[in-house]
Amino acid sequence: MTVHVTTPRFKLNVHEALGDPRLQRAMSHAGNLVPRRASAAERLPEFEALRDSARDIKNHTLAHLDLYLEAYEKRVTEAGGHVHWARDAEEARQIFLKLCAERGAKRVTKGKSMISEEIGLNEALEAQGIEAIETDLGEYIIQLRHEAPSHIIAPAIHVTRDDVEADFRKFHTHLPADRDLTKPETLLAEAREILRQKFLSADIGVTGANFLIAETGTSIIVTNEGNGDLTQILPKVHVVVASLEKIVPTLDDAAQLLRVLARSATGQDMSVYTTLSTGPRRPQDPDGPQEYHVILLDNGRSSMLGTEFADMLRCIRCGACMNHCPVYQAVGGHAYGWVYPGPMGAVLTPSLIGVKEGGQLPNASTFCGRCESVCPMRIPLPKMMRHWREREFERHLEPAAVRYGLGIWAFFARRPALYRFAANLGMRAMALVGRKKGRFAWAPLASGWTQARDLPAPQGATFQAQWRARSGALR
Amino acid sequence: MDKSPLRVGLFVTCLVDLMRPSVGFAAVKLLEDAGCKVFVPEQTCCGQPAYNSGDRANAKALARQTMAAFKDCDWVVAPSGSCAGMLAKHYPELFADEPDAAREANVFAAKCRELVSFLTDTLGVTSVASSYEGVATYHDSCSGLRELGIHDQPRKLLGTVKGLSLVELTDADVCCGFGGTFAAKYGELSGAIVTKKCANIVSTEADTLLAGDLGCLMNMAGRLAREGRKVKVRHVAEVLAGMTDDPPIGQGQ
Amino acid sequence: MSARDEILAGVRRALHVSGAETPRQAAVADRLTSSPRGVIPARGQGGVETFKQEAVRAAASLSEIAALEQVPAEIARYLRDNNLPATVRLGADPRLTALPWGETTLEIGHGPSDGSDLNGLSVAFAGIAETGTLALVSGADNPTTLNFLPDNHMVVVFRQDVVGDMERVFSRLRAVYGAGQAPRTLNFVTGPSRSADIEQTLLFGAHGPRRLHIVLVGG
Repeated sequence: MTVHVTTPRFKLNVHEALGDPRLQRAMSHAGNLVPRRASAAERLPEFEALRDSARDIKNHTLAHLDLYLEAYEKRVTEAGGHVHWARDAEEARQIFLKLCAERGAKRVTKGKSMISEEIGLNEALEAQGIEAIETDLGEYIIQLRHEAPSHIIAPAIHVTRDDVEADFRKFHTHLPADRDLTKPETLLAEAREILRQKFLSADIGVTGANFLIAETGTSIIVTNEGNGDLTQILPKVHVVVASLEKIVPTLDDAAQLLRVLARSATGQDMSVYTTLSTGPRRPQDPDGPQEYHVILLDNGRSSMLGTEFADMLRCIRCGACMNHCPVYQAVGGHAYGWVYPGPMGAVLTPSLIGVKEGGQLPNASTFCGRCESVCPMRIPLPKMMRHWREREFERHLEPAAVRYGLGIWAFFARRPALYRFAANLGMRAMALVGRKKGRFAWAPLASGWTQARDLPAPQGATFQAQWRARSGALR
Repeated sequence: MDKSPLRVGLFVTCLVDLMRPSVGFAAVKLLEDAGCKVFVPEQTCCGQPAYNSGDRANAKALARQTMAAFKDCDWVVAPSGSCAGMLAKHYPELFADEPDAAREANVFAAKCRELVSFLTDTLGVTSVASSYEGVATYHDSCSGLRELGIHDQPRKLLGTVKGLSLVELTDADVCCGFGGTFAAKYGELSGAIVTKKCANIVSTEADTLLAGDLGCLMNMAGRLAREGRKVKVRHVAEVLAGMTDDPPIGQGQ
Repeated sequence: MSARDEILAGVRRALHVSGAETPRQAAVADRLTSSPRGVIPARGQGGVETFKQEAVRAAASLSEIAALEQVPAEIARYLRDNNLPATVRLGADPRLTALPWGETTLEIGHGPSDGSDLNGLSVAFAGIAETGTLALVSGADNPTTLNFLPDNHMVVVFRQDVVGDMERVFSRLRAVYGAGQAPRTLNFVTGPSRSADIEQTLLFGAHGPRRLHIVLVGG
C-alpha cells in the first residue's frame, strides 16, 4: 500500500475542512481558474473540435496500448535510455531505490509528479536516508509542511501567504531572521535561491511525464516554473516515473493534447515550458543527463481497460474537473483522503485502492455534471461515479439506513395505488402540522437535511388526489 | 391537416405531486393555454433515486412502469429538468444492456420534454399573459442546463411577464447542493454548498427566486428560511402561469 | 514471468487480443510512420505578426532587427536599457560566434551555464506563431542550460524560421534528425518562468529566467 489513506473518514475530513477558516480563505482564491479556462476556450474557435480529437487519439491509443508500449520501449532503448516496468507501487519504489543504491545517490530533486505521490516515493527515499527535494514551488511549500498536495496542478492552493512566510522562517534558519518576507516576491526569491543550490547538487532528477511519445521514445513535461527542466538537465541521471496510459502515438498527437491541456488547467494557451526529453545526452551535447531511465507503472491501469471505467484512462491530469466542482471548492483536496481529489479522484481512487477504501468519493457528488462539461477529454465522470455506486449496491456497501430508505421508497413507488393512498395521507398530515410556518426546522429521519436548512412543508393533498377529484377520473 | 390538440401526458414528478401540487396545476394551465390536451396517467416515480444510488433493478422496474403509463401520449412533459433528463437521457442508458427494452426506451425518450423548453422549442410559445410585480433572479438547475440545454428559454418567457424584472444570479450555473439523496447523505457538505448559493442569491437583492426544479427550490428555500431571509421562492411555472396566490415555498399561511 | 511480460499480458487480456493480430499491428505502424495531423487552429496562419502578438501576450519582450550583424548592438542595448550587467553567455552556434561582438563592450562567455550567469543568448530552432513560442534544441550550439539558469534569456529567431504551428516544427525536426529521432532536449518556451503558487499571485522568475527577450531577425 502506498500513501496514507483517509478516504473512509471522508465525512469527518469534510467537517474539519468546512471548519477551517484558513483553508476556506485559500480556496476562495482558487475560484479564478474557472473564468480563466472559459476565456481560453472562448478565444480559440477550434477548442471543441480539439476536445473531440484529443478524446479520439486517447481512445485509439488505449485500444492498441500493448503495441504502443512496445514501440515506445524500442525507441527509448534506441535513444540510449532504459525502460523499467513496475507492476505496482512497491515494485516501482524498489526499482528506484536500486537505481539510487547503484549510483550512491544521496540527493534527489523532483519535478511535480502525481505518480511519485501515488507510489509514496519520498517516504521510501527518506527511509533510506536519501534526501528528496520537491522543486515545484507549491510542492516545496507543502513538503516543508509535511502535507500532501491538495490539487493536482496547484498543490499548495490551500496554503496562505502567511503560512508560507511562517514556514520559510521556521525552516530556512541559515538566513537572517530580520529579513523582510511580507511580499510574495521575496518569498519566491528565497525559494529560488535555496532550490537553485539543490538543483545544482542533485545526484538524480526525477520527473513525471504528461505524455510519453511512442514515435520517438520521448517524455514530455509541462511546467510554468522551469523546475522540471532544471531537475532533469543538471544531475547525471534523469528518471521519469509515469503510468502506462501516458503513452500517445506521435508528436503530432501530443500537439493536439497539449492544446487542450494548459487551457483546461490554468487558462493559458501554452504553459511556459513544454519540454521533450529523449534519452541521455548525445556525444555532441555539452549538458544534459548522462543516463535516462523511465519507470513505467501499471498499478491498476491495465485492469481498467475493457471495463466500464476504461474512459478514465483518457485523463490528462489537467485539474479542470476539480476547479469546477462545488464539492471540491467547498472542502479542498485533502478531504478526499488520498492522492487524487475532485471528480477525477472520485472515479480513479476506487480503481486503484479498491471500492471498500475509496467508495465514499463517488457517493459525494450531486451529479451536477459541470466536471464532464469542462473535461478536455470528454470523460463521462458522473456516469462512472454511478457505476461505482452500482458496484457498491451489489456488494451492500452503502449504509444500511440509506439502502433501507431507498428500498421503502421503491416498494411504494412500484405500487401506484398504495403510493397514491399513502402519499396523500402522509402529505395531508404533514401539511397540517406545518401549516403555520410552512416549514420544519427538524423532522424525524431528516437530520442530514435539517442540520443546515429548514424543510418546506407540503401543501396538503397530493396533485394526483386533487386532479382525480377535479376531473372525476384519473386520466 | 390534423388540427386536433397534442395529447400531452403530464409527468408531474413525485416532489411536485407530494410537496407542491400548485406547480402541477400551473403546468397544466400553461400547457392548456398553449393548446394541448393534458392527461395525467397514474404515476409514481421516474426511478432516479434508485438509479443514482446504483439500484438498477428498481430503477428499471420504475422505468417500465412509467413508460407503460404514458404510452398513449404524444408527449410526456415534466416541470423538472432533473426528471425530464432521467426520462429523455437516462432511460435509454438504463436499458443499454437489453436491446429490445432499449429500443422501447429510445422511442419513449424521444417524446419526453421539460416543461418550459417544451413550450418554447416545441410549441413555439414566445410570451405569456401573466403579470408579477417583483424583482426575480433565476437559478439554472444542473440537469436541465447540462443534460437538456435549458438556459435561454425560461429567461425569454420571464421577460414577457408584466411587472417582472429579472436580475442575473452570479454563478447561476453552479450547483445548489441538492443532488437528490446527496442532500440527506452528505448534509453538512450539501449545507455548505447551498449556503454559498444563498449568499449569491441575497447579493442580487431580488425579492424572488425562481428555478425549474422543485428539489433545488426546496433546498434553497430551506436554507434561506434558516437564515431568516425574506426571499420568496417559487417554481418558474407558477409565475409564468400567473398562479402565485399560494404561499411561496417554505412559507406559511 | 518478468514484470514487462506480465503487464503486457494483462493489457492484452483486458483488450481481448493476443498482440499478433495483423490489422492492429498495421494500424499502429501506419500511425507511427504517417503521423497524421489533427485539428490545427487557424490562428497560426497570422504568421510573424501573430507570433509577435502572442509572444508579448506571454510576457516576453520582443524587438526586430533587419540583419544578424545587428544582434550584438541589440543585445548591448537591451541590457543597458534594463540596467543589466554587460555580460552574456552563448553557445557554439556559428551564427552567433561569428558576429562582431568586439564592437560592443559586452563581456562574452561560451558554453553551458553553471548557474553563475546573469544573461544567456541562444538561437531558436523555430518560432511558433500560434502561441508566440520558441523551439530550442539541445547541443553544443545552444546548450540547454542557457535556457534555464541565467536570470535573463535572450533568443534570436529568424523570420523565416517562424512557422504557424507546433506540427510544422515537428516536420522540421524529422527532416533534421530523421524519422523517429529527436534531440536530447527540445524546449518549447512561451514567455519567462512564472509561478502562481503563493495565493494565486503571478510572479516571474520562479526557477527559470525572469525575463525572456526575443530578437526577431530578417527584413
